[in-house]
Amino acid sequence: MLPPILQVEGYGKHFQLHEQNKLIPSSHNVSFSVRRGELTALIGPTGAGKSSVLKGIYRTYLPSAGRILYRTARGQEFDLVRASEHQILELRHSEIGFVTQFLHCLPRQATLDVVAQPLIGLGVTRNDARQRAADLLSAMSLPERLWSVSPATFSGGERQRVNLARGFIAKPRLLLLDEPTASLDPKTAEAVIGLIERLKADGVAMLAIFHHPETTRRLADQVVELAPPPAIEEILKDLA
Amino acid sequence: MNKILEVRNLSKIYGPGCPLCIESTGPDADTNLCPHCGSVVAIHDVSFDLFEGEILGVMGESGSGKSTVVKNLYFDQAPSSGEAIFFDSDKQHDLFSLNAAQQRWLRNHRFGMVYQNPNLGLNFNISAGGNIAERLLMSDLMDYGAIRERAKSLLARTEVLLSRVDDLPKHFSGGMQQRVQIAKALATQPPLLFLDEVTTGLDLSVQARILDLILEIQQELKTAMVVVTHDLGVIRLLTGRAIVMKYGRVIESGLTDQILEDPQHAYTQRLVASAL
Repeated sequence: MLPPILQVEGYGKHFQLHEQNKLIPSSHNVSFSVRRGELTALIGPTGAGKSSVLKGIYRTYLPSAGRILYRTARGQEFDLVRASEHQILELRHSEIGFVTQFLHCLPRQATLDVVAQPLIGLGVTRNDARQRAADLLSAMSLPERLWSVSPATFSGGERQRVNLARGFIAKPRLLLLDEPTASLDPKTAEAVIGLIERLKADGVAMLAIFHHPETTRRLADQVVELAPPPAIEEILKDLA
Repeated sequence: MNKILEVRNLSKIYGPGCPLCIESTGPDADTNLCPHCGSVVAIHDVSFDLFEGEILGVMGESGSGKSTVVKNLYFDQAPSSGEAIFFDSDKQHDLFSLNAAQQRWLRNHRFGMVYQNPNLGLNFNISAGGNIAERLLMSDLMDYGAIRERAKSLLARTEVLLSRVDDLPKHFSGGMQQRVQIAKALATQPPLLFLDEVTTGLDLSVQARILDLILEIQQELKTAMVVVTHDLGVIRLLTGRAIVMKYGRVIESGLTDQILEDPQHAYTQRLVASAL
């Protein structure tokens, strides 16, 4: 069996809020690994730190403890906790994708361009990238009349489809998904599930949080259950 | 990715300076004014790297020293101490050991600057086209016809009406003045551009179009930029990495999404919380 593409070992995250002089635990001692062509689902109650794990891997959060070992396409191994900012940017550009619940995109840009952008960044011509974007958007049945306008005024479900198409288009080696089907109607959610299955077949490794247990049951090859972190005093004792 | 700029321990003190200046100023002292000698420690010990095609944000409030950083790098002022290396294809320039002529050459050929105040970046007594021609002349383009054509295409690119190419910039709106400044800065296709609060004070809709223009240019030309702003929206929209300054010191640096979602320093936490 191939070695895992991602190994999370003892990941922990707590926030130090200076204003209130408080430490807020978010994740504690999380370990698991993710393999190519497999989907690993994170489950657990609200407050168990599921999103915190995804953000720690992507460096949107600075992890407080642990190692996150990522193996690149070239076989190099990086600890994402310690990798330099430019190494992280490079990996985000070429290997690691993140679909969040919110769409952060440039305002005033046509939906088709928003979706095509990651491919253009990899050197694909604008026309080809836009064609691929159009295919994905129609697969998720986003009405064609919306393609030329900015997603800024879209509904939650429309926006989520744009976000997903943008995350899927470049087929990153590792894709992080934070509740990708939460605000979709059942028919569109079904289309997205089909696309995720295709990505899996193409060898994409995925780490996902799903809103519905049913989706987890259908798509996950591996389920990792997280428990809410203990009180901060316990965590600090552990770290000491 | 290759490094284009390396800044190390940059400091600028206005005034005589004294041995107690450094320890008596900064975020912990809550001032940049030395109580012993009255000097202003505008920046102290500022270090960062910039890579080709990257946009770095320098954020902080008024008096944090963020503009002083770019003014030193663009040779508007000389730093009190520190070093900056500019990597230009296969050459390296140690910026602060160059003589005045060498510095002027880099300014005219390889750097561009857009100031908050168009008065600083434009000559208000000559036409918009003339402003651009001036920069092209300084960079050794001498043919009148070629200069005029290049000026026109730059103004068209930055969406300045060509019918106004011969008008004086003082008769332009604020947004249009910034467009002319951007066209002028880009005239020599510099690999490194400094932008100092370029959208501050403009109407929101004008701000938005200027930011769009900057992003389009960055994507087309892969220009590396240092963007100085107090506006977190501009930081979020334009930059991939950012440094946060307070009273002349860098208190935090990181990926932009990390600084906005997981700020480490008490000051950055307050700044981000007050903007949301």
